Amino acid sequence: MSGEIYQELRHCLLSGEPVGLVLVTRVADEVAAQTPLASKMLVRPGATVMSSLGEPELDRVVSRDALAMLERGVSGTRHYGARGEARREEIEVFVESFVSPPKLIIFGAVDFSRALVEVAKVLGFVVTVCDARPVFATRARFPMADEVVVDWPDHYLDQVGPSLGARDAVCVLTHDTKFDVPAIIGALSTEVGYLGAMGSRRTHEKRWERLLEAGASEDDLRARLMSPIGLDVGARTPEETAVSICAEIIAVRSGRAQGAMTPLRDALGPIH
Amino acid sequence: MKEILSTVDTWLAQGKRIAIARVIGVEQSGPRDPGATMAVNEDGEVAGSVSGGCVEGAVVTEALEVLATGVARRCSFGYSDDQAFAVGLTCGGTVHLLVEPLDW
Repeated sequence: MSGEIYQELRHCLLSGEPVGLVLVTRVADEVAAQTPLASKMLVRPGATVMSSLGEPELDRVVSRDALAMLERGVSGTRHYGARGEARREEIEVFVESFVSPPKLIIFGAVDFSRALVEVAKVLGFVVTVCDARPVFATRARFPMADEVVVDWPDHYLDQVGPSLGARDAVCVLTHDTKFDVPAIIGALSTEVGYLGAMGSRRTHEKRWERLLEAGASEDDLRARLMSPIGLDVGARTPEETAVSICAEIIAVRSGRAQGAMTPLRDALGPIH
Repeated sequence: MKEILSTVDTWLAQGKRIAIARVIGVEQSGPRDPGATMAVNEDGEVAGSVSGGCVEGAVVTEALEVLATGVARRCSFGYSDDQAFAVGLTCGGTVHLLVEPLDW
């Protein structure tokens, strides 16, 4: 039967609380009595470590390392001696960090946003739609969004901006400079990993000028703003455009967004 | 792992014994990253996946053996020319798995 580690892991996965699973994946014969294969620990920020690898000093070192990996949201393999010594190989552990899913904030309660919510949900984002106009920003129009917020972009970003990180995304689909500009300026002051803004070439050029007038740095804009938003896949409908935007979010996150995007058929290099 | 929880919960409620296979390492090309999990119950039913479908069948066999013995094991699936008809990843990589009973 499953026991308390599984139940606690399950609880954290369902509630979204960060949790790290430490799993012993290889162990030298002479240490196997102390630390059997598949020994486990569960680490959670601010909570006591659950279970043990069979040796207190090993537990201390491994849980410290696992918590550091959890904070960075990375998973991976590490090696230790029987008492947690570095540069030893007796014990191999796999540390899996379960962190909260990435966030997507969409500014503009338009039809393109509805389609983007749907595609982003497939990719596992927690999605918020934000628009200052209460008539448009309604739950009924965005049933798949996790949250629909009536607020001005800059005011909303003042609140949630500090929580945004490299895995998160902001898409500005308002098509209206009085919303676009504060949304983009607000997002540039966060650590968000992807920032895109919709608009024609013409809209883009006018918006660029307004952004500079509003105090945005040109270097920042060139480095971080994806505008016009999306990969050039020939998208026309809101749904196709949503796929194009999400493909760009993936490309930026994986570092493939430099230069022209190439079909895999015509590209070289590894796929995975 | 989250995607297999509801199926695992159902099996637990039915009193089924379950093995968990987890990708713990990938060399070169591999379709699923470390952390990908697959659950197999004592009837050979499956939830989740650990590759693009290339090695799942062999993992079910490993999982049923793990349930029979009650002992966790590490196993690897790769590809080489002299094993062309054996189980492996067609993409040319090697995937390392830990298969264990869900008794924790």
